[in-house]
Amino acid sequence: MAIVEEPLELARESAAPPWTTVLHNWTTTVDHKKIGIMYVLMALVFLVIGGIEAVLLRWQLFWPRYDFVGPDAFNQLFTMHGTTMVFFMGMPILIGMGNYLVPLMIGTRDMAFPRLNALGFWATLFGGLLVYFSFATGGAPAIGWFAYAPLTERTFARSAATDLWALGLIVSGVGTTTAAVNFIATILGMRAPGMALHRVPFFVWTILWTSVQIVLVLPPLTAGLAMVLLDRNLGAHFFDVQNGGSALLWQHIFWFFGHPEVYILILPVFGMVTEIIPVFARKVLFGYEFMAAATAAIAFISLGVWAHHMFTVGMSRAQDLFFIVSTFLISIPTGIKFFNWLATMYGGRISFASPMLFCIGFLSMFLIGGLTGIMLGAAPFDFQLQDTYFLIGHFHFVLIGGTLFGVMAGIHYWYPKVTGRMLSERLARWQFWLLYVGFLLTFGTMHITGVLGMPRRIYTYDADRGWALLNQLTTLGAIIQVPSFIILVYNLFASLRHGRPAGDDPWDAWTLEWSTTSPPPAYNFEVIPTVHSRRPLWDLKHPDDPDWQYE
Amino acid sequence: MSVAETTMAGPTTAHTFPVPPAIAPERMLSPGQWGMVSFLVSEAALFSTLIVTYIFYLGRDVVGPTPAEALRLPLVLCTTACLLSSSATIHRAEKTLRQGSQFRFLQWWTATIALGAVFLGGTAFEWRDLIERHLTIGRNLFGTTYYTLVGLHAFHVTAGVLVMLIVLGLAIRRQVGAANHAAVGMVSWYWHFVDGVWVVVFTVVYLIGR
Repeated sequence: MAIVEEPLELARESAAPPWTTVLHNWTTTVDHKKIGIMYVLMALVFLVIGGIEAVLLRWQLFWPRYDFVGPDAFNQLFTMHGTTMVFFMGMPILIGMGNYLVPLMIGTRDMAFPRLNALGFWATLFGGLLVYFSFATGGAPAIGWFAYAPLTERTFARSAATDLWALGLIVSGVGTTTAAVNFIATILGMRAPGMALHRVPFFVWTILWTSVQIVLVLPPLTAGLAMVLLDRNLGAHFFDVQNGGSALLWQHIFWFFGHPEVYILILPVFGMVTEIIPVFARKVLFGYEFMAAATAAIAFISLGVWAHHMFTVGMSRAQDLFFIVSTFLISIPTGIKFFNWLATMYGGRISFASPMLFCIGFLSMFLIGGLTGIMLGAAPFDFQLQDTYFLIGHFHFVLIGGTLFGVMAGIHYWYPKVTGRMLSERLARWQFWLLYVGFLLTFGTMHITGVLGMPRRIYTYDADRGWALLNQLTTLGAIIQVPSFIILVYNLFASLRHGRPAGDDPWDAWTLEWSTTSPPPAYNFEVIPTVHSRRPLWDLKHPDDPDWQYE
Repeated sequence: MSVAETTMAGPTTAHTFPVPPAIAPERMLSPGQWGMVSFLVSEAALFSTLIVTYIFYLGRDVVGPTPAEALRLPLVLCTTACLLSSSATIHRAEKTLRQGSQFRFLQWWTATIALGAVFLGGTAFEWRDLIERHLTIGRNLFGTTYYTLVGLHAFHVTAGVLVMLIVLGLAIRRQVGAANHAAVGMVSWYWHFVDGVWVVVFTVVYLIGR
């Protein structure tokens, strides 16, 4: 059954409205699709900013005893790089894609609370701006993205930069929490008839659990940041050691947020990859139920592993053991997912279109990041390599190899739905290989530098340490990645005009978002669809052999 | 072909194509209720952090006063009684609204607001007394954690009273009826939650912590 392709020119107004009207429409919109696009664009802007900070950091480390940015600026740059990438790139891009896709995937017309949705976006954006206003105080905060006490106390961070940082994170954290509340209400309360929870597209399922995690762990961070602000501005003593306060408490509060945070950043990506791999292997997802249970298990276990970030603090042996065990435990559901992806691909007719290419990049890189994670989860190993470049290599394999590659797969997969145009496959391949090679060179090398003993966050090193060549390779890798992102941005904008028209369903996929037009109308669906299986579009395309017979 | 057309095409070819089973409607909470539940869960996470912090710092002060020296029970017992009974009055208000009795609703709703206001007044009185006896947020760890925790709760009571005042204003203008039962129910859920949190805060701060 063919899905009728509407001429794209029909959708476009013949006379373009004035730019003020366009701007007004976008700033006042409560449409989940427009808000989703704004989230993604915001995230891409912050990706570029955070990326520039990363390249500056790497250039400073190119030569031993180099003085390119100097120690003060170096500290500010790594603080802002981490903060930006986690709070203003990673979470917004996932929430944005979720915003766009969840209502389409579950067959409804908008999120449960459209105005709250807009509030969430603007809070996130203005939170980001607030954090960057700290430069106006004479310099960004130099406290690291996890802002260990007592570095955040007035005594050590005297300018208002740290206050702006904390305020910005509180504001954007409120925005993120409202987005999570909205997702939960939408997914649990607004699914199309027949779209039972055991039939939702897997991306929707992962967004649901990510939202549960956000609701549980973002507020503790907000509380911790409020304590920092009270200490700094009202003379409270939460983290003031001289008056009995505890620097350790901040670490517990921060990592109680901080570790689930990395799962907040990876679960929706698991969802995207789980949507894409079956379509490009032309097979049904292997083990949906096990994947679903593994997602829930990860969401729960991740609430009890935080102190594996704190092995070197000097906790009791019982605590060390508990967090080693829980950390190892979480690798089991993650492993289940991994084998399910492989089993889905096994025996399939695999097409290596750009979304699948990024998925395979994701599988290979995330595997390495996961395995080094297990290594660091063993406390004795962690004692040796804590705060070295091995750790930096590890979490960039997870966050870039995992989150970024998966997000790129998602962007290449859903771009035709959002814009009605295909991305250039040739540019996508260039982008992929530059990113892949540059990424391996940058972060693969870091593992060796780390084992050789180079600590993180030092702004320079002596030539006789023997780290120079490795650092130069790392920096070279970072420079190779730069054109990859330029190609991405060029591809995203050039394909808007020059891309091949996509039609409604360019990938011959099976979920509901492909049953409506590309781009979808403001109301998403003319008639709310009725769903009988996990692949509603398959049922429509193959009424003679629908899926619900076999589920 | 759109989804609708395909569904319409079903009956003509029903003898060749398998017919899907009928769909049983799900009976779950409404989106608004799910939203309120998840919001309250996030609030619970926020309060839990501060409660854990309060317990963590109990007895670690390097200077006085200690909770036993500073806190006085009689006043707070009265305000606690007010807040807890306001849960009952808001429940009555909700029930009378569902039954369509406007006037009774206004009575119970006003009573709830009054009880909340008395609680806030009690907190203000208690804080003035404490500050006069030199317990401030910067005095010691007890002051730091006490004002943060109790202050956050009082802030939530204030927010609840303000929202209830808005509903009261609308009700006086006869814009709240049985049809708005669901929205009023959400305010009531929030208020019950704020009450429940106070039970925990009261137990930790005034009973165990003292």
